[in-house]
Amino acid sequence: MPSLLIAGHEFQSRLFTGTGKYASANAMMDSITASESELVTLSLRRMDLKHQTDNILQPLQKKGIKLLPNTSGARTAKEAIFAAELAREALETNWVKLEIHPDPRYLMPDGMETLLAAEALIKKGFVVMPYVHADPVLCKRLEEIGCQCVMPLGSPIGSNMGLASRPFLEIIIEQSRVPVIVDAGIGAPSDAALAMEIGADAVLVNTAMAAANQPSKMANAFRLAVEAGRMAYESGLGERRIQAQATSPLTDFIGALS
Amino acid sequence: MIDVASHKIRLLEQSPAVEGQFSHFVESTDWHAMTQSHQEKTEQDVLRALSKSKLNVEDFAALISPAAEPYLLEMAAKSEQLTLQRFGKTLSLFAPLYLSNTCANECTYCGFSMSNAIKRLTLNESQVEKEIAAIKDKGFDHILLVTGETNKVSMPYFERMLPLIKSHFSQLSMEVQPLNSEEYKRLQTIGLDGVLVYQETYRRKTYLEHHLRGNKSNFNYRLDAPDRIGQAGIHKIGLGVLLGLEDWRTDSVMMAHHLRHLQKRYWRSRFSVAFPRIRPCEGGIVPKSIITDRQLVQLIAAWRLFDWDVEMSLSTRESPEFRHHAVRMGFTTMSAESKTQPGGYADDAQAALEQFEISDERPVAEIIAMIRSQGREVVWKNWDPALSHV
Repeated sequence: MPSLLIAGHEFQSRLFTGTGKYASANAMMDSITASESELVTLSLRRMDLKHQTDNILQPLQKKGIKLLPNTSGARTAKEAIFAAELAREALETNWVKLEIHPDPRYLMPDGMETLLAAEALIKKGFVVMPYVHADPVLCKRLEEIGCQCVMPLGSPIGSNMGLASRPFLEIIIEQSRVPVIVDAGIGAPSDAALAMEIGADAVLVNTAMAAANQPSKMANAFRLAVEAGRMAYESGLGERRIQAQATSPLTDFIGALS
Repeated sequence: MIDVASHKIRLLEQSPAVEGQFSHFVESTDWHAMTQSHQEKTEQDVLRALSKSKLNVEDFAALISPAAEPYLLEMAAKSEQLTLQRFGKTLSLFAPLYLSNTCANECTYCGFSMSNAIKRLTLNESQVEKEIAAIKDKGFDHILLVTGETNKVSMPYFERMLPLIKSHFSQLSMEVQPLNSEEYKRLQTIGLDGVLVYQETYRRKTYLEHHLRGNKSNFNYRLDAPDRIGQAGIHKIGLGVLLGLEDWRTDSVMMAHHLRHLQKRYWRSRFSVAFPRIRPCEGGIVPKSIITDRQLVQLIAAWRLFDWDVEMSLSTRESPEFRHHAVRMGFTTMSAESKTQPGGYADDAQAALEQFEISDERPVAEIIAMIRSQGREVVWKNWDPALSHV
């Protein structure tokens, strides 16, 4: 299976994941290990940078997993830029998952602020992975200003509602020149497989694994689903046809028309 | 206890209801009709509420009504599931820091009331430093400042203390007298992340019977405080009722209306609700309406079904046994080993000053062990000052 390339970094796994919502650091590590994910996002708001006693960071770094700090909690471009710079300094990575959601309830991304922040951060040398609505025009704009991938949502974060935005995701995938990572709302391995089948380059899944009764087993299920979906996409899925083929008398008739 | 002269003064101090703010809604709402409405909910109403994913206040009223009592197990399971999905297998811990117990208010249920003969103390900088050290030592990173209400403990005092305290904690909230919008804005620039203003009861008549003297007796000014906090753009806004002062169901329905009112207007803020039960305190009162443990569980689950995103805090007023089970019911935060008297963390010998008796006095380590035994991880830090960098 061809690997995925983002900003010159090669990923064998097309399943990205997160660190939140687990019952313990051990449960988190087991799950991430089972997922075989190579990129894991973590929130600045949960990092204890003052005390360096963080029981999340060390085991991940030891495993060689790439850390992707996110700006979750930021409500404006200004807050997100500040948070990103702090995270860059603390984690020594210039990668950032840009999340700006002024609405703390549904965590709906603010497209306007995201575009502004992305532009500023790229100028400061960041690799910006923007979390956005499944908005094809916004995704093109982000690509134009230098984002190395886009992360449109499938449905509201944590909702497990799957690919509610599918028609728009399909347009984004069709138009995009940078990798498309379907981010929020993937609730079941079948959702992840579907995202891969329609041509997404990767998916990011967290809640569905962390909140499962057996997180590492669920992580393994997602790993398999992402691989299966990607294989199906690469091998060329058959078109789904709603109508049957026209019957032969009709074909004969149409064929005989002058 | 109420003399006519002070009664008159009190009435003069009442603020008018404000168009567009919650006081206006309360003024135009009939308490008896609202009480009757939840009493008349049927099994059909309950089943409809249970089948919906977006619940309105009427659905909430059905879920806390007597008609929903047979569905308690189903409600509790759904509440646990929704909380798990939204907040994960975690529970945040915070510590209250009582800065002062001096108070010019007279509230029937509170140990800090002016007429209670207790030793009064307002912490100075060096006493606050000692408290901070003791609290940090236990591991806390989210802090809730609590005070009584006097002229001395007001904006100049807060402006001195906030920067000092905030430099040690990732998140700082306050539970003090209601302020005006400009004051909230000012405090936000020096570290304020959240404000809790508990209405205690939404029934004006009952409110005035329990808040006999002082600024707190101004019903509408308190009622509109969350609107002013929202207008100031504060990140977190906390509502609360003191269960027992009035019909607990009607007060809860009013708080549900209050939450929806605020959510529509101040959509950038997060919200929390609390519903402590009346606990024994110095010179305390007997509750008018008793809510049983079973009904409290029903209320917790109903809140979670009504709003999957609202934060709910579990009080140390509840017993260890109740807290043990409540961890999985829908709560998102709790305090542990709380001291409700100023200076209580650094100096244990001052129990005589406390606001109310806490029921769960177990040390933090035991609380952590209890939370973990319920399959939940303790979260100390869930905010970063960088995110409030104005």
